[in-house]
Amino acid sequence: HQVLRIKTRNEEEVKKLQLLESLEHLALDFWINPSTPDLPVDVRIPANSVQAVKAFLESYGIEYSILIEDLQVVLDKEKEDMAYSQRDRSSDSFNYGTYHTLDSIYAELDHLASEYGHIVSKLQIGVSYEKRPLYVLKFSTGGSNRPAIWIDAGIHSREWVTHATAIWIARKIASDYGTSPSITSLLNKMDIFLLTVSNPDGYVFTHTTNRMWRKTRSKNQGSPCVGVDPNRNWDAGFGGPGASSNPCSDSYRGPSANSEVEVKSVVNFIKNHGNIQAFLTLHSYSQLLMYPYGYKCTEPADYAELDALGRAAASSIQSLYGTTFTVGSICTTIYQASGGSIDWSYDYGIKYSFAFELRDTGRYGFLLPASQIIPTAEETWLGLKKIMEHVRDNPY
Amino acid sequence: DIDDVGHKYHLELVLEDVLDKDSTVNCTAEVLYHLGNKNIAPDVQFTIEGELKNTDEADNMFYNRIKSLEKELVAENIPDSHGNVSPEMEPIHLLAWVASGYVIWQNSTENTKFQLAQIKHVKQVKRSDEYLEFDYMILLHEMVSQEIIPWQMTVLWHPQHGVQVTQDSRQPKHASE
Repeated sequence: HQVLRIKTRNEEEVKKLQLLESLEHLALDFWINPSTPDLPVDVRIPANSVQAVKAFLESYGIEYSILIEDLQVVLDKEKEDMAYSQRDRSSDSFNYGTYHTLDSIYAELDHLASEYGHIVSKLQIGVSYEKRPLYVLKFSTGGSNRPAIWIDAGIHSREWVTHATAIWIARKIASDYGTSPSITSLLNKMDIFLLTVSNPDGYVFTHTTNRMWRKTRSKNQGSPCVGVDPNRNWDAGFGGPGASSNPCSDSYRGPSANSEVEVKSVVNFIKNHGNIQAFLTLHSYSQLLMYPYGYKCTEPADYAELDALGRAAASSIQSLYGTTFTVGSICTTIYQASGGSIDWSYDYGIKYSFAFELRDTGRYGFLLPASQIIPTAEETWLGLKKIMEHVRDNPY
Repeated sequence: DIDDVGHKYHLELVLEDVLDKDSTVNCTAEVLYHLGNKNIAPDVQFTIEGELKNTDEADNMFYNRIKSLEKELVAENIPDSHGNVSPEMEPIHLLAWVASGYVIWQNSTENTKFQLAQIKHVKQVKRSDEYLEFDYMILLHEMVSQEIIPWQMTVLWHPQHGVQVTQDSRQPKHASE
């Protein structure tokens, strides 16, 4: 059986196809019925009718292309794939190419920790305002308090591609150990901590109520408006320009630095660990790779090294699908913003502090089609890897 | 800087066809942001070097399809939460994008950066003349403040006469959301 895609140019051709539709002996199965000339018509044709249908189309000069050459081959492959994934129960069928609910992501964290138990463990670093656990995956081959890399995603809940990218990266790191020389040598020396959902309350809210929600869900005293922008709540230039003092604003900094438990939990973790060498955070959208500062427009002391490393990482990202990232400090690249996470981590002493803004540049914005999740994750991974390799090779 | 007038920017840019990445055309433009009164849209002068693709065929097909609908078109959440836009809604999405460009231009300053975030709701308004009319409720994302701003716009379109925004107004955000 073949599946054809037919492109009609005008009403006349649509009528011809509708005529074809009425010929029952051909046993045609229209996946998209002929109705209007500006939409394609997809039709499955049983083997015995293929020649007749093609002859019919060609005689009227109606354009078509073959979508599926042999449907049986496709079905057999699908059956094979399904049987294979059913076989190994410990490797679940989590679809990395689609957006998931919080529960689904949390379940996958457990699967990863179980499937790659020799290097992956799940830690809880705190709870959110609405009492949801904050889970971090630790990737480690042993040692005691090794120098480590911190990666987080989803601090702004509407930036769905960041959560999706983070969980993909989790599986990538785990499966690359032992197969990729680079990641193997990295994990033999350092640990990686990955917070896939930094703001679970906000994330749930984007699923249940408002897809465009950005902030936490904490109540603001004396205001009907809810939530604080968690990336204006860090203790870096807090209170300065680039954040709002209005609780109803999407960039509300909060009543005080670290007022948000989601932020405080990460700060506590980083401080208690004491040996974090890099702080990398994922946002969307705009395709930017930024280093400090946001709260002031002066260069950080390590400007030259961070800029060079940023450019190298952007170059790696571009090598895969041609996606271009602009590199620079937060202040010079987007806007002045106070209370941001990488400004805090940098001033705290974590030299390699970078913020990524992933795809796209505005066509879909926060509503990035799921089909772009895996390409985004793949290219972002190359950028992260470039930075992590540099951190591994340049202890300080 | 132009004393007592405002700030003028000279731009050289490349326009890329959203539907065909290989199709590009060079453009130069001058944008003047007026001092003081933030209620005047910036002045824009531009020159396109070359020709834009002819879209008559696709335009006419879309036009005829909508004209022949029995009931007025109604839709919401384009794209949906997962970024999906059905093929039938793609032209509606593109039309909103063009029309929102006008709204964005009228409301831009040197300190704003707007993008169309989503069409919350669109409703076709039947007309007795040849124009198509759509009443849109869109969400604009303002990058600097990070605000999502609901905006109503009434859009007229005709394949030969182009796009017109006949009415637009900023809407209040719901405090509860």
